[in-house]
Amino acid sequence: MKIKFWGVRGSIPSPRAGTVRYGGNTTCIEIRTDDNELIILDGGTGIYPLSQTLLKELPVTAHIFITHSHWDHIQGLPFFIPNFIPGNKMRLHGAFDPVSGRGIEQVMDVQLQYSYFPVREAEMKANIEYVSLSPGQTVQAGSATVTATLLNHPVVNLGYRVECNGKSLFFTGDHEPHYNIYSPDDESYAIYQELIEAQERMIFDAMRGVDVLIVDSSYTIEEYPAKKGWGHGTFDSSMRMADMVGAKTLFCTHHEPTRDDDALEREFAKALERHPRREGLADFRLAREGIEIEL
Amino acid sequence: MNCSPKDLVQVIEKDPVMTVRILRVLNSAYYSLPNKITSVNHAVVFLGLNTIKNLALSIASVGILPKQNAAGFDVNQYLLHSLTTAGIAKHLSSRIGGSDPMDCYVAGLLHDFGKVVFAQFMPEQFKVALDKSLQDNVPLFSAEMATIGTDHTVVGSMLAEKWQFPQPLIDSIRNHHAEDAGATVMGACVFAANEVSKKMKFGYAGSLCIESFPASVGNHFGGNVDGLIISIGDGELSRIAEEARLFSQMEAAK
Repeated sequence: MKIKFWGVRGSIPSPRAGTVRYGGNTTCIEIRTDDNELIILDGGTGIYPLSQTLLKELPVTAHIFITHSHWDHIQGLPFFIPNFIPGNKMRLHGAFDPVSGRGIEQVMDVQLQYSYFPVREAEMKANIEYVSLSPGQTVQAGSATVTATLLNHPVVNLGYRVECNGKSLFFTGDHEPHYNIYSPDDESYAIYQELIEAQERMIFDAMRGVDVLIVDSSYTIEEYPAKKGWGHGTFDSSMRMADMVGAKTLFCTHHEPTRDDDALEREFAKALERHPRREGLADFRLAREGIEIEL
Repeated sequence: MNCSPKDLVQVIEKDPVMTVRILRVLNSAYYSLPNKITSVNHAVVFLGLNTIKNLALSIASVGILPKQNAAGFDVNQYLLHSLTTAGIAKHLSSRIGGSDPMDCYVAGLLHDFGKVVFAQFMPEQFKVALDKSLQDNVPLFSAEMATIGTDHTVVGSMLAEKWQFPQPLIDSIRNHHAEDAGATVMGACVFAANEVSKKMKFGYAGSLCIESFPASVGNHFGGNVDGLIISIGDGELSRIAEEARLFSQMEAAK
């Protein structure tokens, strides 16, 4: 299995001098199975440069998995070039939205409207299929299996575990570790805590033992209190999670749009000091646009 | 969001229509959960606060039911009866154990949901049943059976079943006037709480006929409603009634 980061930025594309090393594109990860089948996690702006590299291997079948429908995870989809060329195939997977009552087709539908984009979905030349996934569901994507897990974000967000030939990866999309909304002296505190712990066990089981764990690590622990409930984790919460589930390598991603490269490395180093490494523990790294990993 | 998460949960928990909607979405085949979602707190942990908030906001709350409807069914008094039944069922459940108090709260809140359906969709027939219950001094469910051919326990539980609510919740709605209401702890709590709420005249949901406890309920709560009222105590009952009144007044003021 090969993995390549095409977008590691959270919230909004952030291209500027201070972000050239880690990159300004929003979330997109390319995965190649050992048979070179193409799996893409999220369609942020990083999917556009990725899609240009696909033109030399047409026709392509892209198994795309969307973690959730916020802009920074879908805004590159209209520019996924293979969709304009006959003979290509896109299978777009993602969650059903209980509030709008619509499946994953919604993320194309809302973007490809006359007022916002010149080409309608019906005019795209590729074969486009939509697969709305339930939490816990496993689907085949070429020779890989992909399992969806419900995480915690202000919109339904599925994390994905991808497995192929004994190698595995888990990507959270956006996720904030659950916290108790009651204070310890409230009547509902204990029962809420139990519910959280059950949900957390389910999440950790889905991540257990992966070779690569890619986690939303938007904030520093100093920033977090002001952002509680916004649906994102911290460097520290991601590091704790990686150790808890026995991951081999952790990539911290969803970098804050305002955080320049130097500040990103500084904050990451501080978190690393709080979670010292020794033999047998997960390796901690920052996700960076353009890096490739082979498992 | 200009309120704390727990305040938001508390508001949703007091609205039968919002609660129904949330349980309905989460217990649908789509999520095919191994364990049913039984309370609003449970729903928040599962789907996240923002999604639950938006689900709640996207629907008609109980406040949207016409206060003046053709059936003459007083929605605000219904809400008061449902909220007090919920609060008493929760209290009874924590007293005897064996069922989650918040699950019993939800069951108490929704036990008469079938009446809302009648008021909304069959207002003329429901009015005849309401009048008959009052004139002949018979329980409303008997009057409904005589005039509509079915009653609110059947209609409420059929909907709960269609929406794949947890089985104990379906059973408690179905059996809250039945002999075997007490076959489950939740059922016993809802039956007894309903009678206490009526006897105390907390709100009004179309009938004040008091039914005696069937043996299955009596096993848990003694032989009659008066004894149970004494053992719950004035303080606790006033607290439950006051909390319900505050909320239903807010609804009424809308």
